[in-house]
Amino acid sequence: MAVENAIEIIDIKKSFTPGDYVLNGINLNIPKGKITVIIGFSGTGKSVLLKHILGLLKPTSGTIKILGTDIANLDDEERIRLRKHFGVLFQYAALFDDMTILENVQFPLKEHRRDLSKNQITEAAYEKLKQCGLDEKHYKKLPGEVSGGMRKRCGLARALALDPDIFVYDEPTTGLDPILTEMVDNLILSTHNQREDTASLVVSHDLHAAFHIGDYVAMLDSGKVLLHGTPQVFLESDNPFVAKFVSKGVHKK
Amino acid sequence: MIREARRRVDQTIDMIVLALWKTIEEFIFEVGAIMTFGYESLRSFFYKPYRFTEFIQQMEFIGNKSIFIVVLTGTFTGMALSFQVYLGFKLVNATSLTGPIVAMGITRELGPVLTGLIVAARAGGAMAANLGSMRVSEQIDALEVMGVNPQEYLVGPRLWASILSLPLLTGIFDFVAMVGSYFLCIRVLEMDEAIFWDKTALWLKPAHINEGLIKAAVFGAVFSLICTYRGFTTKGGARGVGDATNRGVVLSMVMIIILDFFLMNIIEIYYKVFP
Repeated sequence: MAVENAIEIIDIKKSFTPGDYVLNGINLNIPKGKITVIIGFSGTGKSVLLKHILGLLKPTSGTIKILGTDIANLDDEERIRLRKHFGVLFQYAALFDDMTILENVQFPLKEHRRDLSKNQITEAAYEKLKQCGLDEKHYKKLPGEVSGGMRKRCGLARALALDPDIFVYDEPTTGLDPILTEMVDNLILSTHNQREDTASLVVSHDLHAAFHIGDYVAMLDSGKVLLHGTPQVFLESDNPFVAKFVSKGVHKK
Repeated sequence: MIREARRRVDQTIDMIVLALWKTIEEFIFEVGAIMTFGYESLRSFFYKPYRFTEFIQQMEFIGNKSIFIVVLTGTFTGMALSFQVYLGFKLVNATSLTGPIVAMGITRELGPVLTGLIVAARAGGAMAANLGSMRVSEQIDALEVMGVNPQEYLVGPRLWASILSLPLLTGIFDFVAMVGSYFLCIRVLEMDEAIFWDKTALWLKPAHINEGLIKAAVFGAVFSLICTYRGFTTKGGARGVGDATNRGVVLSMVMIIILDFFLMNIIEIYYKVFP
């Protein structure tokens, strides 16, 4: 049976100190073939939720299902296998700074596609880098030698390398100028549209981008989902907190 | 009045005992965490995918790149120790024992300890800083979400490379220290060359050299484990990386010196039981 939701989050709670919940009963579905954007002010639990989805943190209670599999019951080997379905673009790209741009994109292929020859891996890496609009003259440079925008492109190319089923973008436009922000947004859209059943999850506090790229938007507040729906639902919401966030975001732009 | 004073004294004692207990508890917890971390990392080296390339890279960094500083330190240590021992023995007309005493001191104590301290400062600091900056810049998280076990990829090769490199470097240290000692005793102090080598060969046993090499392997494991653990568990930004490096190197050096004493006794007992 086909799974409609790529990610199902069921009543997730997380506390680092007893009684103080960072996530306080989150229920959220991330459907296949759609872009879902999680927004919220700083400190509302967006990053913590993301780390739970990626399996970097374990919830105090609740269930997370990735492609129908409950990640709490997986052993290390199964968790590693499941993670191959993810392509993650980190906030600051998280490129390995002792590897060149090309080697960064080759890395996941070398790790997980041992059936490919050296040349095939290089060809695949070239293809992904070109797909993300990176010029060939930068491939031999170290991440520290290229601009922030190029690092993002390289990070995206690396995330694309294994043709994942789920894309996760952690604050992809933070710290970028408006032109680069638009470029990254368009890159997210074009990447998402390349495959029909790809699920994309973007964590951001950029409301403009959320409305621009998101099919669904979920707003977090105090460790809970305050509102989840299409951008239109947000624009029409009479919740004062949402209205305030929306007005600030729209005004800012 | 007296009752009130006694109550305060009791409260203060309670607070001190509680603080002490908390410190001990944290220490035990941390030692346990480090041991588990080390065990998992060392074990992962023998499971697929094998990390030979990373291991060779680390051997090159920890071993090969430390040779120059080890040779330099070893040569001067050998000369300085020889001169001091020579001056001491001259008082009792026993300068012919300079060679064997220097050889035993170098192979059993100074060789492994100084090599351990030098490599802990050079490579250990670099390990903690490297892993720390990878942690704060989310590179370790990136490895994990790419389905790569970061302990297996980053820590295992570093630990095994340190364990194997340290005895090799200690061997080099021992050799150049004896060359330095020979140069000073024979060329500068004009001692008899035949007596120098005869006495050294008479008193220096393979067991003394082995003792130093075993210690060196343990020191390699200890400094690399402490430094990789500190780097791997770094929190915060640049300051966190600095703290991790500093604490890693300082703790490694202290542990090498403390462990040296206990290892010396353990090995001594071992040789008495199994002569």
